[in-house]
Amino acid sequence: MTDTATAVPAPTPTAPARSAPVGGAWVRWVLRRIGLAVLTLWLVSLLVFAATTALGDPVRAILGRDYEASPGRVAQLREQLHLDWSWPHRYLDWLGGLFTGDLGTSVSNNLPVSSLIGDRIVNSAVLVAAAAIVAIPVSFGVALLCARFRQGKLDQGVQVGLLGLAALPEFVIGILLVALLSTTVLHWFPAVTISEGGSAPWHHPVSMVLPVITLVLAVAPYIIRILRATLLEVLDSDYVELARLKGVPERVVLRRHALLNAVVPGIQVIALQLAWLAGGVVIVEYLFSYPGIGASLVDSVTNSDFPMVQALSMVIAAVYVVVNLVADVLAILFTPKARTEISS
Amino acid sequence: MTTTEPVEETTPAYGVSVEGLRVGLTARPGVDVVDDIDLLLSPGEVVGLVGESGSGKTTVGTAMLGYCRDGAIVENGKVLLGDRDILGLGTNEVRMVRGTEIAYMPQDPASALNPAIRIGRQIVELLELRGIGTAQERDERARAALVEVGLPDDDGFLRRYPHQLSGGQVQRVALAMAFLPRPNVLVLDEPTTGLDVTTQGMVLDSMNQLCRSHQVAALYVTHDLAVIANIADRVAVMYAGRIVEIGPREAIFTDPRHPYTRALLDAIPHLSQARALGGIPGNTPSPGSRPTGCRFRDRCAYAQDRCAEEPPRLIIGDAHVVRCVRAEELPPWDINVGRVPDADPERVREAVLKVDGLDVFYGRKQVVFDVGFEIARAECVALVGESGSGKTTISRCVGGLHKDWTGTIDFDGHPVGHGSRRRSAEDRKRIQYVFQNPYQSLNPRLTVEQIIRRPMELFGVAKGRAARDRVAELLDAVALRPAVARAKTHLLSGGERQRVAIARALAAEPDILVCDEITSALDVSVQGSIVALLEELRQSRGISMLFVTHNLALVRSIAARVQILNAGRIVESGLVARVLDSPQEDYTRTLLANSPRIDVVDR
Amino acid sequence: MSVMTAVSGVGGRVRRGLGQPRLAVGLAITLVVVLVAVVGPWVAPYGEQTIVGRPFTHEGSWLGTDYLGEDVWSRVLHGGRSILVIALLCTLVGMVVGVLIGIIAAYVGGWLDELIMRLNDVALAFPQILLALLVLASVDEPKWWMIVAIVGISHAPRVARLARGVAIGLVGRDFVASAEALGESRTRVLLAEILPNMTAPLLAEAGLRLTYSIGMVAGIGFLGFSTNPSAADWGQMINENRLALLVQPWAVLAPVIMIGIFAIGTNLMADGISRMAATRSDS
Repeated sequence: MTDTATAVPAPTPTAPARSAPVGGAWVRWVLRRIGLAVLTLWLVSLLVFAATTALGDPVRAILGRDYEASPGRVAQLREQLHLDWSWPHRYLDWLGGLFTGDLGTSVSNNLPVSSLIGDRIVNSAVLVAAAAIVAIPVSFGVALLCARFRQGKLDQGVQVGLLGLAALPEFVIGILLVALLSTTVLHWFPAVTISEGGSAPWHHPVSMVLPVITLVLAVAPYIIRILRATLLEVLDSDYVELARLKGVPERVVLRRHALLNAVVPGIQVIALQLAWLAGGVVIVEYLFSYPGIGASLVDSVTNSDFPMVQALSMVIAAVYVVVNLVADVLAILFTPKARTEISS
Repeated sequence: MTTTEPVEETTPAYGVSVEGLRVGLTARPGVDVVDDIDLLLSPGEVVGLVGESGSGKTTVGTAMLGYCRDGAIVENGKVLLGDRDILGLGTNEVRMVRGTEIAYMPQDPASALNPAIRIGRQIVELLELRGIGTAQERDERARAALVEVGLPDDDGFLRRYPHQLSGGQVQRVALAMAFLPRPNVLVLDEPTTGLDVTTQGMVLDSMNQLCRSHQVAALYVTHDLAVIANIADRVAVMYAGRIVEIGPREAIFTDPRHPYTRALLDAIPHLSQARALGGIPGNTPSPGSRPTGCRFRDRCAYAQDRCAEEPPRLIIGDAHVVRCVRAEELPPWDINVGRVPDADPERVREAVLKVDGLDVFYGRKQVVFDVGFEIARAECVALVGESGSGKTTISRCVGGLHKDWTGTIDFDGHPVGHGSRRRSAEDRKRIQYVFQNPYQSLNPRLTVEQIIRRPMELFGVAKGRAARDRVAELLDAVALRPAVARAKTHLLSGGERQRVAIARALAAEPDILVCDEITSALDVSVQGSIVALLEELRQSRGISMLFVTHNLALVRSIAARVQILNAGRIVESGLVARVLDSPQEDYTRTLLANSPRIDVVDR
Repeated sequence: MSVMTAVSGVGGRVRRGLGQPRLAVGLAITLVVVLVAVVGPWVAPYGEQTIVGRPFTHEGSWLGTDYLGEDVWSRVLHGGRSILVIALLCTLVGMVVGVLIGIIAAYVGGWLDELIMRLNDVALAFPQILLALLVLASVDEPKWWMIVAIVGISHAPRVARLARGVAIGLVGRDFVASAEALGESRTRVLLAEILPNMTAPLLAEAGLRLTYSIGMVAGIGFLGFSTNPSAADWGQMINENRLALLVQPWAVLAPVIMIGIFAIGTNLMADGISRMAATRSDS
């Protein structure tokens, strides 16, 4: 994201206007935003906790058919999950744990959750980052091309293609890619991620190709469509018309007048898609057996491993909230009107 | 292509001439937007190009820069700048001419300045791109240009963004920007639409001075004849894609020869006298549905069979050309022909609505202070002020649309509630509101009949067959065809929609009609007919009116009494003739001085 | 509303809609898939759970057999109904709840709007699939109506955001103020003045939500969380057979392609509707 942001010319060469004298207002504004983000996360934690406690007996969900057969295991699990405590007590205990880094103990294998998900978070982050690094420049490029040659054959073809791609669920894209590039038609890439002996997946970059392409194909259509629409709107605006009537060359019109005003919607849609990726990886990781939080989450849900599910849900929600927070701040920085309203 | 370095402070040698310009639509060959346009602009001359919406005036304006909006294309003609034809130049060459030799001032500068670029940078953008001067020199020129249009030139101002300027400032920045490269020709596209008269006055003054002192040939495109009467040397009147009449200002305003020009002038209210305003029947035809021969003939009172042939251009007097076959046979015309007496000051008044000590708030902010006035039966009272004066706010309180106020609004002897939900059905029925923008005030999903019926059903005025008959009657009363009843509103023109809105208000059989700037979104000829309609309703049905407007001239023709508002307070009030002819307050005098008047042209 | 105008209005809209190629194509594709799903069980050569041969072979009809030796083609024909019905119900739930929340927030405004939109933000912080997984982890035996409820509810905040945006643009319009000044009841203002002006964007949104519902419902099956493990269901079929992609690709590709076609059809339809609305507001 920072790549594209710096690729665009800064609003003026004399940027430090938004520093010293108005710093106080900015600090207040940022603190308010952070406060709201924390509030959101707290409500999310309530929701996660409620969903995993109120909908049924966790022990019954964990043991399934074994519930009746092994009263000893039932008692042990009740003890481990503190089910004898009142729910506010359990909630506060869990919430406190979130702050201190103690995420509980996995029910499936009795290991601390934090040790189980640490590597997985890194793996997923690498996957999402790789997808973003590919998707963002590609999206900007395609959107600019479409806007430049709007309603031409290229533009219309791309539009129909994107419409189709946007409709497809990510596992459909993934499986079609596997059939095409890995198993049935061609045999270029492995169908699943290879990570022998727990080595990180990026040690076998070739096995990351298909997951990354799948994610890119899942998010790029949205980014391109929004960017294209924004660019067209800007190109139709009065100030672009005036720039043309002033005799400003088309390439300067596009670069200085249009792109600058399309950056903010661009940031917003990219943030939305990055946030979506936090959830979208679930299915893609599962499909490619990629050792990230998504695959982990599916396993934990299958085993009703509540401490794991709760922790992973919080991680995903936190990614979403943080990405949006960053996007908000960037959007404000790139919108002079919003910026000056805060400092005044 | 070499740039001609603009020489400082010398007289440009040439203006621009347009010859046989025709602009068509790419999607509909054979259909023209504008056709057969000839125009000559000499250095130091301001030519006014007037027309109502759909006349093609803006198309002519931008075509002079070799530019058409998407979907339109120049099919024929020349735009000669010296000996070069702009329309024949290549893309790059045209671009070099734009800005430096022919500059453009946009319609709505608020949206025409790039919101993401500081104004100091936007002003010099063109000089920068053309590599004119050093950074230092460009900066100095930008500051000088700002001083010329009466703006501050300090660093702080240059570093502002467009949204940090007021409407008038934005306008003058755009003016400075257009003048900075010292163009020979300037095209101004309705640049003061939407500004208050005071601001408009200042912008027009700056523009006029700059044009004269730099010997710029200017084309001023507008729908406002009153503005033209104040600034133009020559006037060209456009109708349905053609210039129907062109001549010196005096000739156009004192001896108009084209029936359209005359009808337009008849529709314009004057500050100095009350007039019976008239409209032009029918609607301006759009490209593709214009009649052959004279394009005005289907709406013209003087039309004959021979008007179906291509009308000749008759030269009437000194540079006065009329495109009408009957131009020389028309009866004489007098600007005072529509004059009517001002309202009778001796008339016995029976107050129906009394407003007293009205304070209005938006949240914690007070916007109206201690306002009081009375409206008598069958009387029209005008609330006049610039934007932010509180005139619409007051009308919304009366109409029950705003509830955060204190004071009293007495209707027919009893106080009315704050907001429509606290009013009796009887009060809601008897006070009806007509909104400014007829494009927003009618539900697009409903038919005209459904819209007009609803108040009848709601207030139990009529239902079933009776209601349907009433709808037909009301449509007739507002001069709409009966077939309109089954249409949805998107098929109607602005004037027709406003008539539907009035019919809806009448359906409730009100005693008071609150009219909030109801003609400001409409063309002047449509305004004329709406005003005539209101006057007729007032007299025949004895309806009282609260008429909100920013147009003082309009007040003279429609209202008996006027309240002049400034910043939420009443500055001056009384009989319209008294207030306009002998204003007592400085604010009223300034307002009057800045209002463009059509009756200033020397006779 | 008179019957005459209502009928001619609908007829006109249908004609305009078919003039919009994406809508027409989308509608055609969707109808074909719906037809397959509805008629499929009657024309299938074998039963839903009939073993016709050895697993992952070319026995059975033209698409071969699946992991249990059931006929893939027959299961594709049987497996559309559940996804179709559930996806439609999810969309319905999401649209009704979301639109109500959105227009009430827009119309009432003030602190209630602020509160609703804040809570909405919280709900949006949940990727849709995550909410489904959370609930699926917590109940020991998931039922089909739970899928409807979760997926529907997870649509609601997204629909609400759109509905509020559209409604806010209408609430400020003068025809609403006019109805208020006449003293129309709040419900009538909402239902008779505001809502009818939202049909085009809401229809487009419903098409989009249907597209996403198909993906979500199939995705839940694909992850192996099915409410009826032995039944034929396109999503679940992918999960059952995906390890045999190399040897018997059709067991996987057939349901994948059906889901893909279905989703593309509904998405084209949604896009066609919004384009139709855009061209209408231009004229």
